Amino acid sequence: MDLELSETLQNVVDGLSEDFTDSFIEVYQSSGDTFIRVEVDAIIDICRYLKNEHHFIYLSDAFGVDRFTSNERFEVVYNLVSLRARQHLFVKVRLPEEGPVLPSVTGIWKSANWMEREIYDMFGIRFTGHPDFRRIFMPEDFDYYPLRKEFPLLGIPGSIELPSTTPDPE
Amino acid sequence: MDTKRLSNQFEPKFFKEHQEKLYQALEDKHTTVEMMDEDDPLNTKMVLNMGPQHPATHGVLRLILQLNGELIEKAKVDVGYLHRGVEKIAENKTYQEFMPYTDRMDYLSPYSNNVALCTAVEKIANVEVPERAHYIRMIGCELARISSHLIWLGTMVMDAGAVSYFIWAFREREKLLDIFDQLTGHRFTVSHARIGGVANDITDTAMAMIKEFVNTFPKELKDWHKTLDRNRIFFDRNRGVGVLDTEDALESGATGPTLRGSGYAYDIRTVTPYARYEEVEFEVPTRLEGDNLARYYVRMEEMHESIRIIRQCLEKLPKGPVRTDNAKQAYPSKDEVYYSMEGMIHDFMMTDTGICPPEGAEAYHAVEAAKGELGYYIQSDGSGHPWRMKINSPSFKNLQILEQILEGEMVADTVVIIGGVDPVMGECDK
Repeated sequence: MDLELSETLQNVVDGLSEDFTDSFIEVYQSSGDTFIRVEVDAIIDICRYLKNEHHFIYLSDAFGVDRFTSNERFEVVYNLVSLRARQHLFVKVRLPEEGPVLPSVTGIWKSANWMEREIYDMFGIRFTGHPDFRRIFMPEDFDYYPLRKEFPLLGIPGSIELPSTTPDPE
Repeated sequence: MDTKRLSNQFEPKFFKEHQEKLYQALEDKHTTVEMMDEDDPLNTKMVLNMGPQHPATHGVLRLILQLNGELIEKAKVDVGYLHRGVEKIAENKTYQEFMPYTDRMDYLSPYSNNVALCTAVEKIANVEVPERAHYIRMIGCELARISSHLIWLGTMVMDAGAVSYFIWAFREREKLLDIFDQLTGHRFTVSHARIGGVANDITDTAMAMIKEFVNTFPKELKDWHKTLDRNRIFFDRNRGVGVLDTEDALESGATGPTLRGSGYAYDIRTVTPYARYEEVEFEVPTRLEGDNLARYYVRMEEMHESIRIIRQCLEKLPKGPVRTDNAKQAYPSKDEVYYSMEGMIHDFMMTDTGICPPEGAEAYHAVEAAKGELGYYIQSDGSGHPWRMKINSPSFKNLQILEQILEGEMVADTVVIIGGVDPVMGECDK
């Protein structure tokens, strides 16, 4: 597939294939956005490299995707922005269905704190080395991960205590 | 009266495990706030729970503050009280069906939310939007920005003590809501943008109302500047309060006016222009101080710039259709639906299946909403429903820095700082 990469992104791809030959899996484009997929073990090094060498200093967003496949079911996507080149770059890692664990990037971008908590809350992907690892939207007493595809749209009855919908008897 | 029953009734009912973990997180938090003198009689520690029903938190935001006297030592923000799971809902709706849900995300500037969703879908499905629709969208977005900033102005200045501002700002906002009523058919949750264009053209009445607003509003703004810019009380409440350092702002993920108040001219409208923003002239107001006063100036100047953009849009507004004429991509016009068989079938197909982006396609598109960068990431599986839709909401990112900037401030300034950050919980909690 032919890629139409801007100069910055071409430099990123060249740099990654040189310095991280083993952990750089693929690069592809979709609807004009550039996505790169890397190995989980190298995510910290690659993120630090992108921030320091290629000026991707702003983490715009990080989120999970449930691919619902038998192997490498979960995907975590980091949405990086280079203010100098005015470019978005999406870095992806894939995780197994059983016990998905990922090192936290809060040491590189402080803003990853709540984003990683949201990924954990919605998909159950754990992050090691996170300073304040809790659920964010759902209460701690909730046992399920709602954005996983097997979670029903209407919720699971009785999974959480809700305020009564009928007025008090007195 | 049975006092025991009474106390049970008024005891706050939070989820038990959630509450324990939250307090634990507060205790574990590391901060660098300096302690006051140990011998000070006012030096008593206390944990203050604020919200989620506190009126100054602009919704259902909950703060846990550890106080030392009047100083905030540590702060934790607890969000999620308005979590409705819109991303889950999106996976079970067609793209057009999801539109009314976006109105209820940032309910203070619904128009920008509609446009954000539409532009993302148009990007992933390669839909061409007619020129006139772009300009109508820009007018709508800028009106929405002004209406959102008016709410911020009214409530923030009210939190700082000037109650009359609430009335003045809402009087102007009322005019905007009337304009939206004429322009889109709804006052509040507009749902006006459509994939491939907008729902209907600007009527003559709406046009006249917008023109009148554009002529009268700058005078109001000037009056407000006069009363606030040299106001000693307002200055003292806001200057040096809630400072977000320039070095820290990007790192912590601030966006919108909060980021621009800290010195970065990062505005999606100029960085990666969408619609026709590259064809209008406007400035990106930026301040270096990073305090609440800087955010005030940024937002006030943004309203000026919005008026400037609307003026240029009205001048340039081209003639032509307002929705793309491709039945596979957008709804046909009502004339076609009522008077032709094909039109009716196409209308039915759009409602039933909707627009289907190519299988495996992914796209991210962001717009500059009133609160900051509002982006939609869509992953398609080739059907009419998105496989995954992630909403990158500005309030979520701005509330994260609230935890940081509250520390070391006085407890009385909390409400002003929340007002300055201007969060909308519907958007933060998704």
